[in-house]
Amino acid sequence: MTFTQLSFYLFSAVLVFSAAMVITIKNPVKAALFLVLAFVNAAFVWMTLEAEFLAIVLILVYVGAVMVLFLFVVMMLDINLDRMREGFTRYLPIGGVIAVIMLAEMIWVLQKGSFSLANMPRPEPKPDGYSNTKELGQVLYTEYVYPFEIAAIILLVAIIAAIALTLRRRPGVRRQEPSAQVAVQAEDRLRVVSMKSEQPKRGDDK
Amino acid sequence: MISNFFSWLTNSIADIIAWFGIPHEWALNGIQNVFWVLLILLPLLIAVAYTTYAERKVIGFMQARVGPNRVGPKGLLQPFADLIKLMLKEVVIPTNANRYLFITAPLMTLIPSFAAWAVLPFTNKAVLANIDAGLLYVLAMTSLGVYGIIVAGWASNSKYAFLGALRSAAQIVAYEIAMGFALVGVLMAAGSLNLVDIVEAQAGRSFFSWYWLPLFPLFIVYFVSGVAETNRAPFDVAEGESEIVAGFHVEYSGITFALFFLAEYANMILISALTVLMFLGGWLPPVSFLDFGEVGNAFWFISKTALVLFFFLWFRATFPRYRYDQIMRLGWKVFIPITIIWIVVIGVATFYTPFGGFFH
Repeated sequence: MTFTQLSFYLFSAVLVFSAAMVITIKNPVKAALFLVLAFVNAAFVWMTLEAEFLAIVLILVYVGAVMVLFLFVVMMLDINLDRMREGFTRYLPIGGVIAVIMLAEMIWVLQKGSFSLANMPRPEPKPDGYSNTKELGQVLYTEYVYPFEIAAIILLVAIIAAIALTLRRRPGVRRQEPSAQVAVQAEDRLRVVSMKSEQPKRGDDK
Repeated sequence: MISNFFSWLTNSIADIIAWFGIPHEWALNGIQNVFWVLLILLPLLIAVAYTTYAERKVIGFMQARVGPNRVGPKGLLQPFADLIKLMLKEVVIPTNANRYLFITAPLMTLIPSFAAWAVLPFTNKAVLANIDAGLLYVLAMTSLGVYGIIVAGWASNSKYAFLGALRSAAQIVAYEIAMGFALVGVLMAAGSLNLVDIVEAQAGRSFFSWYWLPLFPLFIVYFVSGVAETNRAPFDVAEGESEIVAGFHVEYSGITFALFFLAEYANMILISALTVLMFLGGWLPPVSFLDFGEVGNAFWFISKTALVLFFFLWFRATFPRYRYDQIMRLGWKVFIPITIIWIVVIGVATFYTPFGGFFH
């Protein structure tokens, strides 16, 4: 067994374990943290496949940004576990049917042999100085430039739609305008009046 | 002589480990890597200790005080006194706190800030892992530090810690985007994600060829975002002691508190080193006749990092704390647009105007 194989088995074991914990653990915050662990281990497995760009981007985007916001929301929710479990028996048959269908689909796809060792040969180790990032960039901006741009537009539309859906304009809301607050000058708030100094009259301080 | 001793030492340790059934080659590899890691980490830990000392001395000087001067000559042993005190103190775990997460949270902030040092080049040869996607790796590691803060705030079961964690998470996520875009500008100018290549792309006759000049807006955005990312004053609302006691680490005591402190200072040094590598020419001498070879390169890198680090301390002594909504406004509405505009400027100048050489 080589070191790469050993690390593959180690990372995969942790990945499967943490993925199982995500759906079985009761505490939603812990589930989110196990999902983070699963992502990190998936990135490690990709790293053993020499896909270092994708591995680092997985950590950067999913672990560093998406899951942070996810955790942020989950932490603030007050989830009542008893109420969530209420309809368990009622939804069990339909859930079970869906699970069986998905299982059958997966078995069917995997049995067709498209993932067999013959169809998935071991990738050739890349020579020294091979830059994964550069290769990916060159393909993305030449061969796949239109799919890439379309994906970007779809994401942009999704961002704008998310903002448009959640934006509420309520009348009569008092709000601060930081730009006005920052731009304020001393003259706007303070008037310096020049006046003659007064001599206190005798007996005034009584 | 030294390298002979080194290979003898690593070989004999590997021999001992090989008795336990681990292949000798793996053991040797592991031992050597551990040695290199320690060679970076131990000086880093000492640097962290003396950054706390420098901070107290510098701020003391700025406020016309003396600063620590009791332990050792000129107070030089103060960091160790602090460390021993914190190690001997009891770690109090609050009632109903989540015990495991409460203990792991400080480690979650500390580990990424140390892990990022793996790819940082001290000179053009002295780098532990000279990887191609070094810049991405650094960005990924610095983005992980926020977990420790969020988890600490949540696991403490305290409203002040929780508020601090929420503030900090929102702030870090906001400034990370500006930081990432600033690095995109550096990447466009250097044409590489490798940190050694980025520094070497800045080589020239003097410090005017470093990226701080052509990428000046990005330099400012990156450094200020770095201050915000490390939760340092004036962006330290996450631990705003006048409002939420001490923020996310209010419930921490003893060594767990020390680890948060360590992580904060290690992050400061990391951000300073990255600013130096990306915008201030890394190990390159400020003028070409001051090039003293390998040792000189390390000297320039360390002294530039120390200079940038000094700004962190200076800021803390100088600026009042930002108001929270203004922090958010600065991150989202000022810094991110500036960086995007400058990226467009670099791109257009490179491809459509004769001024492209200015950025390379």
